[in-house]
Amino acid sequence: MTHSDTSPPPSPPPTRAGGLSAVGLRKSFGDKLVLDGIDLNVAAGTVFALLGPNGAGKTTAVRILSTLIRADGGELRVAGHDVAREPDAVRAAIGVTGQFSAVDNLLTGEENLVLMADLHRLGRDEGRRRAAELLRRFDLSDAARKLVSTYSGGMRRRLDLAMTLIGRPRVIFLDEPTAGLDPRSRRGLWAIIREQVADGVTIFLTTQYLEEADQLADRIAVLDHGRIVAEGTAAELKRLVPGGHVSLRFADARSLDLAAEELGGAVQARDDEALTLQVAGDGGVRSLRAMLDRLDSAAVDVEELSVHTPDLDDVFLALTGDGRELSHDGHGHSDDENDDDKARI
Amino acid sequence: MSSLSYTVTDTATMLRRTLRHAIRYPAMTTASLVIPVMLLLLFVGLLGRTLGAGLNAAHTSGSYIDYVAPGIILLGVASGCMSTSVAVCVDMTEGIIDRFRTMAISRSSLLTGHVLSSMIQTTISTVLVIGVAVALGWRPHGGPAEWLAVFGLLELLAFALTWLAVGIGLVSSTPESASNTPMLIQFLPFIGSTFVPTGSMPAGVRWFAEYQPFTPMIETIRGLLTGTRIGDDALISVVWCLGILVAGYWWSSAAFKRDRVQA
Repeated sequence: MTHSDTSPPPSPPPTRAGGLSAVGLRKSFGDKLVLDGIDLNVAAGTVFALLGPNGAGKTTAVRILSTLIRADGGELRVAGHDVAREPDAVRAAIGVTGQFSAVDNLLTGEENLVLMADLHRLGRDEGRRRAAELLRRFDLSDAARKLVSTYSGGMRRRLDLAMTLIGRPRVIFLDEPTAGLDPRSRRGLWAIIREQVADGVTIFLTTQYLEEADQLADRIAVLDHGRIVAEGTAAELKRLVPGGHVSLRFADARSLDLAAEELGGAVQARDDEALTLQVAGDGGVRSLRAMLDRLDSAAVDVEELSVHTPDLDDVFLALTGDGRELSHDGHGHSDDENDDDKARI
Repeated sequence: MSSLSYTVTDTATMLRRTLRHAIRYPAMTTASLVIPVMLLLLFVGLLGRTLGAGLNAAHTSGSYIDYVAPGIILLGVASGCMSTSVAVCVDMTEGIIDRFRTMAISRSSLLTGHVLSSMIQTTISTVLVIGVAVALGWRPHGGPAEWLAVFGLLELLAFALTWLAVGIGLVSSTPESASNTPMLIQFLPFIGSTFVPTGSMPAGVRWFAEYQPFTPMIETIRGLLTGTRIGDDALISVVWCLGILVAGYWWSSAAFKRDRVQA
């Protein structure tokens, strides 16, 4: 068989069920309860995202499922093996890329990969071949012989993931894989993750980036204070929060008053300083036209109109109570209006 | 493959990794080679005449380097081994250890790799230090059997101290503390019979110097290579080494397991 330098290497199909499940997973550190009996079910060959604010217990869940620490209770199976009773069988089937890069800074990128290949006992030639292949695929060939301590953040993440993939794991744990990466590197990693899924690998991902979960995950669970507060597809979760709204901005206080009077009960919120009204509505063309007609007939001029459809941010804020711990910018409770840039007219 | 051959393969892989680190970041070479060579130059070149004169009046004949070389060789072994704690601590505080722990590899291979690497480096440095001592005028007169015994004792000491150093590395929270703690042990040969006979020391220090582990080892090596009396010192040395080995190994194993259960 021949294949060109750029084509991804063919991966063997997963030989056994590659999913994972947890029933009643519990863990405390001292008297601090971190995971309060969570249930998870991830089908083989799918992407599952565990979403939650800092301190929700995401990393603890990954560390337990990847055999790094023991659970206090619960029935856990990964790739068909019991995590507590057969940790080595689980380890042979998984790959883990943690939040902090797990690379050897005193080795070169190539040496790191060969080290992993040797620990997977791939054999000298096969190990070197895989290492070269992954370096090429992860755009690290030029830096292959440089010490990892000289790599940029994005390069380290790519190398980290390459080291995880060299043993062809059937289940991959990714703990906030794109935290701190620039948008381009993030998209690159997403592409790599999708390739793995296409090869039948199961991905268990934690993230606090809602867009990431939305982009990648088949199913999403929202973890808050050690409990799963919601689970479903991105679309299902979005349906959990009340429909969207339309935001209207006016030129002056008089117009704002008139409009508020005219629209009456449909007004959800009013901001006298920003001269905006938040009006219930899904942003459909018909309802928008009806609303504008009413304002027109009352001789009120609308300066600006924007439509806000519910996204995972709203789900997250509604479910976890306090979204302030989220790492991305500008998503507090008070400045919702500023974020309504989805469909500015 | 059997689990034994897994252990051997993984240990060889980890040993290659640690040796590569040693070449890139030769801190240990500094400790086990440069320090003893500097001490040789200091005590033989600078202080040797005065110290030798004082020594000859009381105890031995021959030049001072014959007296001081065995102790400095041993000091090099001790400080070389103890620097393993930094390497182990760095491994434990970096993310790579979590990767190793989620792989189906031999658990002990990481630590065994460190220990073997330390033994290899220490052996090479020791040979070089002996070479420097000979170049400076040391004339040991032991036969092959004596030299074999000297290396046997030094390797046993290196093995024992390295496991102790691994333990220190595992329980240290930062590489800085992993580098400071072993200094207590690296300093011990100074308060022993390395540079002057214990008989010349004040009572309290003398008591300590006579009963601390390095003095009987120094006396054993000195006896083997320069013909002074050994007596019980050989046996006491071996017992000390075995004691340190058992304690260090047990401590390291416990600390390595404990680390896995916590955070």
